[in-house]
Amino acid sequence: MPKIKMPKNSPSIDMTPMVDLAFLLVTFFMLISQFRAEEAAVIDIPSSVSDLKIPEKDLLMILVDKQDRVFFNLTGKEERVKVLEKIGEKYKVVFNEEQKKEFSNMASFGVPVKQLPAYLDAGSTDRKKLAEQSKGIPIDSLNCEICDWIYFARTTAPKFRVAIKGDQVTSYPVVRKVMNYLQDDNIGKVNKFNLITNMETGPSN
Amino acid sequence: MAEMNTDDGGGGKKKHGKKRAKKSSTRIDMTPMVDLGFLLLTFFILTTTFNKPQAMQLTMPKKDKDIPLDDQSKVPADHTMNVLLTKDNVVYWYFGMADPSKGALPALNKASYGPNGLRKVLIAENNKRHRAYDEIEKLKNDVASGKLPKDSLGKKKGDFFSDKTRKTSILVVLLKPDKDAKYKNIVDALDEMAICNVGTYALLEANEVEDQMIANANTFQ
Repeated sequence: MPKIKMPKNSPSIDMTPMVDLAFLLVTFFMLISQFRAEEAAVIDIPSSVSDLKIPEKDLLMILVDKQDRVFFNLTGKEERVKVLEKIGEKYKVVFNEEQKKEFSNMASFGVPVKQLPAYLDAGSTDRKKLAEQSKGIPIDSLNCEICDWIYFARTTAPKFRVAIKGDQVTSYPVVRKVMNYLQDDNIGKVNKFNLITNMETGPSN
Repeated sequence: MAEMNTDDGGGGKKKHGKKRAKKSSTRIDMTPMVDLGFLLLTFFILTTTFNKPQAMQLTMPKKDKDIPLDDQSKVPADHTMNVLLTKDNVVYWYFGMADPSKGALPALNKASYGPNGLRKVLIAENNKRHRAYDEIEKLKNDVASGKLPKDSLGKKKGDFFSDKTRKTSILVVLLKPDKDAKYKNIVDALDEMAICNVGTYALLEANEVEDQMIANANTFQ
């Protein structure tokens, strides 16, 4: 009986196409993914059937989280610095260049103005702690810091769209209060809001 | 390695001829690079978010207190549906006006948010008045199937509801969240307005009488 001949050629698989594809995908994902600064609040947004996209740019956003704390966010580095300067002027808080730069790169924040310098100086872990302890931006009508943020943001960037991002369990009166400030002729002067929601696939009949 | 060789690792030809310097393989071990490639691939796949958040447009009426009474749009009470949003994802609704000085308060009807709750009521009520739900749904289908241009929907809808014969007899929904309502409830209710093709709706606040009505309804359960 003749010996069974083992196939001589190598059992090699050409992996080039696979590797090519892998790198293609890497490139694809690298190009489409955007990194955004970490939000100060974790917000679980409700879903709706609306299919309107919100713009990435030119947006003034008010966030209200689970514990009804109010956060503020504004796009555009220059606008942010301008607003910060105006706020500092009004509240007699001086921000140095470093803090201004930090502020312009940051996403949303929710601390009172007096705590803002310390918040900006803090490292990322300390900042998380500060954000957790904070009660959000004061919205009380006697100490309405959010009014000033809205007012200065609206005067600096009047063309910006206004969006409200609330958590599913945020209590409505807080949102209403913020909306009232936004609508107020002396503060926000906006009557058109974008409520940020997740996509829902059609009515579920 | 991208390729496994069972025979000699040199990869060179075994032909006799001139003796040359020992041929070393020109293959580079690409394993680390491929590993890294896949690592990056995994990372980017995991960090990418595809579904960008959407927005729901909400236009509030201007806060002008000086509008003379004649200019304020008057809505017949029997076409006005008040929807009270309260805690525990419960909705109460009634028609007309709750004014204790004008006789007994209307009875509250209870509903939930799901498709069998508020939506059923809204579609039924909307259809009672000029078959508004069906008519708008038809328009929507026409747009979806390409019979009508997409941007004409808003105008057609507006025309339908502001038509002289219908203007004062269409369904008007007043959304009145009370202090216990959650943000999600409002978004859900506004969503129902869009789904049920309600022509006119407004976001208001529950007044004291209505707060009392809700409290009563809650205790009688």
